[in-house]
Amino acid sequence: MDVLVIGINHKTAPVEIREKLSFTGEELERSLRRVLEHSEFTENMILSTCNRVEIYATTQEPEKGIASLKNFLADYHGISLDEFERSLYVHLGEAAIRHVFRVASSLDSMVVGEPQILGQIKEAHAIASQYRTSGIILNKLLHRAFHVAKRIRTETKIGNSAVSISYAAVELAKKIFGTLKEKAIMLLGAGEMAELAARHLVAAGVQKVVVVSRTYGRAVDLAAAFDGEAVEFNGFLERLEEIDIVISSTGAPHFILCPDDVQRVIKARKNRPMFFIDIAVPRDVDPRVNEIENVYLYDIDDLQEVVDINRDHRAREAERAEEIVEEELRTFCHWYTALEMVPTIVSLREKFEEIREKELGKYLSSAGQMTPKQRRALESLTLAIVKKILHDPITLLKHSDPDADTSEYVDAVRKLFRLEAEGGGENQGRDDGD
Amino acid sequence: MNIWFFNACVVFYALGTLKYLLFVVLLREVLAKIALLAVSTGFVLHSVAFLLRYLEAGHTPVTNLHESLSFFAWAIVGVYLAFYWRYRIKVLGPFISTLALILIIPAMALSKEILPLPPVLRSYWLPIHVIFAFLGNAIFALAFCSGILYIIQERQVKSKHIGAIYRRLPSLGVLDEINYKALTFGFPLLTVGIITGSIWAQYAWGSYWSWDPKETWSLITWFLYAALLHQRLTVGWRGKRAAIMAIIGFFAILFTFLGVNLLLKGLHAYTNW
Repeated sequence: MDVLVIGINHKTAPVEIREKLSFTGEELERSLRRVLEHSEFTENMILSTCNRVEIYATTQEPEKGIASLKNFLADYHGISLDEFERSLYVHLGEAAIRHVFRVASSLDSMVVGEPQILGQIKEAHAIASQYRTSGIILNKLLHRAFHVAKRIRTETKIGNSAVSISYAAVELAKKIFGTLKEKAIMLLGAGEMAELAARHLVAAGVQKVVVVSRTYGRAVDLAAAFDGEAVEFNGFLERLEEIDIVISSTGAPHFILCPDDVQRVIKARKNRPMFFIDIAVPRDVDPRVNEIENVYLYDIDDLQEVVDINRDHRAREAERAEEIVEEELRTFCHWYTALEMVPTIVSLREKFEEIREKELGKYLSSAGQMTPKQRRALESLTLAIVKKILHDPITLLKHSDPDADTSEYVDAVRKLFRLEAEGGGENQGRDDGD
Repeated sequence: MNIWFFNACVVFYALGTLKYLLFVVLLREVLAKIALLAVSTGFVLHSVAFLLRYLEAGHTPVTNLHESLSFFAWAIVGVYLAFYWRYRIKVLGPFISTLALILIIPAMALSKEILPLPPVLRSYWLPIHVIFAFLGNAIFALAFCSGILYIIQERQVKSKHIGAIYRRLPSLGVLDEINYKALTFGFPLLTVGIITGSIWAQYAWGSYWSWDPKETWSLITWFLYAALLHQRLTVGWRGKRAAIMAIIGFFAILFTFLGVNLLLKGLHAYTNW
């Protein structure tokens, strides 16, 4: 049994192709079932997000499986395979398992370390297990992948640093104030980025939003969106005293805040700290403001620098995360090879038991009268012989080196003892493991 | 017996400090947990050592340099553990445990013999005065450590150095809050420590205040913290200024505690060190 992954993502395909191949929630049950109509698959699940479309399946016949999945994608979405085949990636076996681990841990994401993907993959798995198209192997694989993602999140700092300007501003604010609860912010001028930063700050606990704009109507609109207060541009200096964080993005051609103003405000505030986020170009706040005690000023370039540093930091943490993935991959493969052996071990035992019973029956019918005690003795003697003979081969199968090619052993055992082709594997595969 | 527990606690403090320093370098959460566990274990052993010594000596064991250093270290660790319980700031751990270790290692080298108590110290005021004074000092030790962290972190944020140090240190808001909380708890304790000392002085030496160097220096220390508290409450001395004051204040405490006895002579220099 092999794990098979086929898919496209933001790196391999533009959005025009991704949207054509995507699956929507309502039809997922039908899609999952259609995959299973191909007899070579025992389990499958579909992950469809805006950045990737992937199908995970388990199969005995990888070659055939790859072809079927490709055709399925083309047929299902009614587009020709040529259109997207170049964008597809296919992973098999160990590579497929690694891929699932990396996707769940957000190592394969557009922004490495962003946590949304974990929720999406959890949901995709929940749907597959709801419709029972995932079984023992995919269930185990996905649970392991969630564990890997969690481990990486706690053991590395991969998700800890902001990689967008507006988030970087929020993180800085937290480093300055500790908590943002009950803090007040002022939006000086209303741009898209300022609005986004304000949204993040409100989500982080900011209580009061004051919006200042040269066009008062615009300020009123925006203030309404934040449940805040609109203030005329001329009056903003008087209100500054009650403000902890200022996000400035006016189109003014010169500084609108000079050190003297801020000095006065900070004195009136009894030195309670202030954080100025100046994302306007040209700048709104005189850079000398940063020299005032308890005042911190970051302009757009400073924030961009923070973002760049954080990206580097994430890249370095990602290296550690990859090590964790490899470590977990080895553990999982170990379990997986052991699982592969199970059907062979079972049929080997069955075959020997069959022979034992048959031969014992023959003997008993020809041997004439026997006391129950003698029968029991014979029974345990034959059982002991079978057990002793099977002990070494089964131990070898169970504990074979996970890195070695185990299919050779399986083949050899099957040929030597003429075991039937893997029966019952399908049922066993569909069984909900956990 | 108390010596055995004392030595064991030093071993655990040393282990804890080592793990804390490794934590600062490697940033593995598990190291901070082990360190905390080691320091807490050390604290329990330390407490047992005190109790045993108290029972053996028949008086509160804070009457010579070994005992006072040891008690100071104990109070600092205890105050940190209480603060940790409230604020969960791991980064203070390495500083606090290092400070405790610096205090306790000389205590290890000094004579640990239990000497008969000089008559002048035989009083109920002994434990009261010493416990209040040292608890106050221990809380100011915490403010000292958080002050150092504040100065470092403030530099990082101001100069936009968003590097390893910035990531490791807590927010300025929290560090400043520790400064304030330490002040509100530590100042009353220090005040009570000085007042009880003065009452005791009346009993022992027949005068509330005799301007011996220890008294003078503790008054200087008291004024430093009083000034900080006053400025903080009235004009809002906070942040960097408050941090610098907490650092200066703690040096004054250390001088009052050690410097006066080692460098100057006075009534407090009653023991053989």
